[in-house]
Amino acid sequence: MPRKLPETDVVLVGFGWTAAILAQELTQAGLRVLALERGGWRDTPTHFPPTVAPDELRFYWRKEMFQDNARETLTFRNNTGQMALPMRRWGSFLPGEGVGGAGVHWNGQTYRFLPSDFEAASHNVKRYGPLADGLTVQDYGVTYDELEPHFDRFEKLCGIGGVAGNLNGDIQASGNRFEGWRSSNYPNPPMEMTFAQHRFAEAAQALGHRPYPAPSANMSRPYVNPLGVQLGPCSYCGFCEKYGCGNYSKASPQTTILPVLMQHPNFTLKTHNEVLHITRDSTGRRATGVVHVDLEGETYEQPAQIVILCAYQLHNTRLMMLSGIGEIYDPRTGEGLLGKNYCYQVVSSVDVFYEDKFTNQFAGAGALGMMIDEFNGDNFDHAGLGFIGGGYIACWTTNARPIETHRTPEGTPEWGSAWKKAVAENFLKSTSISTHGASMAHAANHLDLDPTYKDVHGRPLMRMTYDFTANDRAMTAHLTEQARRIGERMGGREIRVKPRQGPYDSMPYQTTHNTGGTIMGSNPANSVVNRYLQSWEVPNLFVMGAGVFPQNAGYNPTGTVAALTYWAAEAIKTRYLRDPGPLVRI
Amino acid sequence: MGTMLASPAFARTIAGLPWSPAQTSTPQSLVGQHFLTAAEKHCLDALTGRLIPSDEYGPGAPEAGVTTFIDRQLAGFFGRGDRWYMQAPFRDGIPGQGYQSEHAPAQLYRRALASLDAFCRATFGGRLYAELETEAQDELLRQMEAGDLSLEGVSAETFFGLLWENTIEGFFCDPLYGGNRDMVGWKLVGFPGARYDYRDVLDHNGAPVRLEPVGLMGGPQWRVD
Repeated sequence: MPRKLPETDVVLVGFGWTAAILAQELTQAGLRVLALERGGWRDTPTHFPPTVAPDELRFYWRKEMFQDNARETLTFRNNTGQMALPMRRWGSFLPGEGVGGAGVHWNGQTYRFLPSDFEAASHNVKRYGPLADGLTVQDYGVTYDELEPHFDRFEKLCGIGGVAGNLNGDIQASGNRFEGWRSSNYPNPPMEMTFAQHRFAEAAQALGHRPYPAPSANMSRPYVNPLGVQLGPCSYCGFCEKYGCGNYSKASPQTTILPVLMQHPNFTLKTHNEVLHITRDSTGRRATGVVHVDLEGETYEQPAQIVILCAYQLHNTRLMMLSGIGEIYDPRTGEGLLGKNYCYQVVSSVDVFYEDKFTNQFAGAGALGMMIDEFNGDNFDHAGLGFIGGGYIACWTTNARPIETHRTPEGTPEWGSAWKKAVAENFLKSTSISTHGASMAHAANHLDLDPTYKDVHGRPLMRMTYDFTANDRAMTAHLTEQARRIGERMGGREIRVKPRQGPYDSMPYQTTHNTGGTIMGSNPANSVVNRYLQSWEVPNLFVMGAGVFPQNAGYNPTGTVAALTYWAAEAIKTRYLRDPGPLVRI
Repeated sequence: MGTMLASPAFARTIAGLPWSPAQTSTPQSLVGQHFLTAAEKHCLDALTGRLIPSDEYGPGAPEAGVTTFIDRQLAGFFGRGDRWYMQAPFRDGIPGQGYQSEHAPAQLYRRALASLDAFCRATFGGRLYAELETEAQDELLRQMEAGDLSLEGVSAETFFGLLWENTIEGFFCDPLYGGNRDMVGWKLVGFPGARYDYRDVLDHNGAPVRLEPVGLMGGPQWRVD
């Protein structure tokens, strides 16, 4: 029997970005907040100072920053005709573990989804007619206008550097003219660009596009955020994604919230405690708390008035399944909502090789880039193209970490002397254009529980059934062609086009942008949570994270995940606490 | 409040910032750890020496200490698969499902190296892989890569994938792990290593930036022995 602990007002499951934001908001509102994190404590001076952080083998290739696959992983297959097998180690995406979650090892590319992204179904149907067969795209149930103040809060918390493109409706020439209106400019200027970005911008401009500096959570100057926490200027070391930042230069829970939150008497953090399931009363309509287990195998029952899932998208979805809350989606019948609309990100690239120019890409940062939005969302006419959605095209200089990044021209052998020669000659003289495309929901792509494989506690692993859809393939082909046109004009000796083709492969790293599974929407028949991220079925249960995205947009998700978290926090503080119950009544 | 050490081993309740001086989480170099036998190392030198050969561009994998690196890695948590999901059942998957061998890396190497040498002895008149001409060595590697070589008790294709991955790691990793000896991998390509601050060179505008590489323990020029 689990040992019963004293009740708390709020229990947060997982302790990354969304939990840190909620803990700060809810302790300020006077609530007692407890966060349960299955990984350990991590912070800059002890775990990734500059003398430790730039270690490619340890943190990425030996996966020290990420969840331990030996304890839990997921199984994967492209379609229901295959047998799902466990991802025995991480590949295509890298869920975080430990304090700060994946917010410690992200690049810092921080966007607001486009206004039309939140209305992907109604907007596209209105403009182009009915959705293609199989697409299960739907509206978020919340609008960009409603989220604007919350995007603004997160950008100021993080010290995002960028250039506004739409200030209260006034289009700004050097920013992204396609972005939704913003109530204020970014708190910091953009990052310093390098040779590759200059060449990209010139080429994109020559093609009639309007390149703009990517919004960055790597500090372009010293910054003190509204909580009084200080961030240092980025030193462009090239160790952002997959690493912790040693300079306090990349916004993370550790560098923006924890120094204040951890001192708050109403806040408690328990590390190395994994939540096993959500407990409910006999009606099933009220969560009574969670059961969690520590590393010694001791289990505890933690009662709480409010339960909020703040773990990674995959874990939130699985925790709902293991707790029996909601019906698991079945692609044969279309019944069930839990695990439905699993989406990802569809990426491709075009490498550019110079003969006598040096890109020196070791001098880089996770969100150092110039980009264009002409082919994102519905910023262009899709008539006759055979797909909806789009993505951005960017020239990033994020790193020259040599185990990971050693580009070679077309036709280079995969190993041997010729490979070595090509790597040596091109390492400092190449760059890459990335296309970062949306992933539209499809009836065949979903998450459920695996019938065969178990985690360390003997419970079923999550099973992922996923492949790129016809919409994805047409979209990424279109984006890759636009990137190729830009690449050809960047003055290089040659380019190498790397399209996204063939079945989805779970091993080569693509992005940690897994979405869906606990989708939000306008009513209980189409969604797991309502527009305030509140469970339709259990009103004192909330679910954060990208799992609530009904489909994924062309941007990186963190900005939108954070804005939704602030939006939900406000609804909890201003409405739920006064009148605990459903925030949306049908 | 805030005085407990940042120990990874125990579940605990944290209030305040648990920061203590001199508690940095340092890397495990695995110096002095061994898994491979002399015969296995001999074979591995030959294999990695064809993947990244010593040539006019500079030292290859064996000279860079890649075998030493792999030996240490196989002796540690990586070799044991401690952080991999190694629960049964094991089945052959599609390529997009990744590594599906029932053997953790150390045992995969042990079986593959023994099978490869056994195959060579039977096929090439008693000679080991390391004793073959380089053309024959390359051809065997190509067959392993393509899945066209059948080795006793192990997938040659899976082994090739892991071997090539570990060879690149050992050639380009921080020298503290035993590979990239004297930073030959970093020097080959011009990677400056763990310098951590490039603000002064950002406006290079396409001109070369050549910096002597520095590792987490310093550089070869700092050595006093």
